Amino acid sequence: MDTSSAADSHGELPSDPDVVGTPSRPLHLRPSALAWVFAGGIVGTALRYYVELLLPHDPPGWPWATFLINLSGAFVLGCLLEGLARLGDDSGWRQRVRLCAGTGGCGAFTTYSTFALEAVLLGRGGHVGTALSYGIVSVVGGVVMAWLGIVVAASVGRGRARA
Amino acid sequence: MIPMLTFLAGAAGALSRFTLDASIKQRWRSPFPWATVVINVTGSLLLGLLAGLVLFGDQSAVWQTVIGTGFCGGYTTFSTASFETVRLVQQGRRALALLNAMGSLVAAVAACALGFLLAWSL
Repeated sequence: MDTSSAADSHGELPSDPDVVGTPSRPLHLRPSALAWVFAGGIVGTALRYYVELLLPHDPPGWPWATFLINLSGAFVLGCLLEGLARLGDDSGWRQRVRLCAGTGGCGAFTTYSTFALEAVLLGRGGHVGTALSYGIVSVVGGVVMAWLGIVVAASVGRGRARA
Repeated sequence: MIPMLTFLAGAAGALSRFTLDASIKQRWRSPFPWATVVINVTGSLLLGLLAGLVLFGDQSAVWQTVIGTGFCGGYTTFSTASFETVRLVQQGRRALALLNAMGSLVAAVAACALGFLLAWSL
């Protein structure tokens, strides 16, 4: 058994043969990490629910709600992950913010399934051009917005470092 | 009541994504973000099936809201998929980045259409 890590040992955790040699169990099996993701997931889903309610999608038209949700979520996630990485390693409060606002919040706020369904329903209604452009503009836009988020966080980080 | 159930289902979806993503990455180390692709494709298949069951099978639209908007919405993610594409570009893996962006789109839409057709044929 592991005798080398008295300082790291957690009395409340049962010994698990899968994690021998590591000081604690993997992040995705820690109740506190799961709780942060869950909390962020509630907020992200609620925000998406109300934006979709405000801007309902009628098939011939452009699905603005999901489009705006996905692009803004990609921007925020890029900003968040780059900003957190610049503030220090992925531990402590930075890890909690990443799990809650990033994995839970941005992850649940944005959606690939509704996006795919909207493209399918547009195509089914005979609006193949709109379906294709919706798919491609969303994917390209999402990548550009995530990249922009990274650039913004990086330039804010550099500005703070100079000040 | 339905909004609250939807939010909880969304959080359950986010949790499923978090644990599945970590378990896939643990077993399958690759520069290509397979975990997110698997999540987005399976979630799109489920939502297509659900939407089809509501449309063709006379199932209550409440299911589509709670499980579709809630669970599938929270389970699948567009932001991580976009971010991972940018990471691949930053690593100089341009072909993988293009494959991730366009491959995910095609696979998720095809999976969603498949679910939809499956419900129609039932």
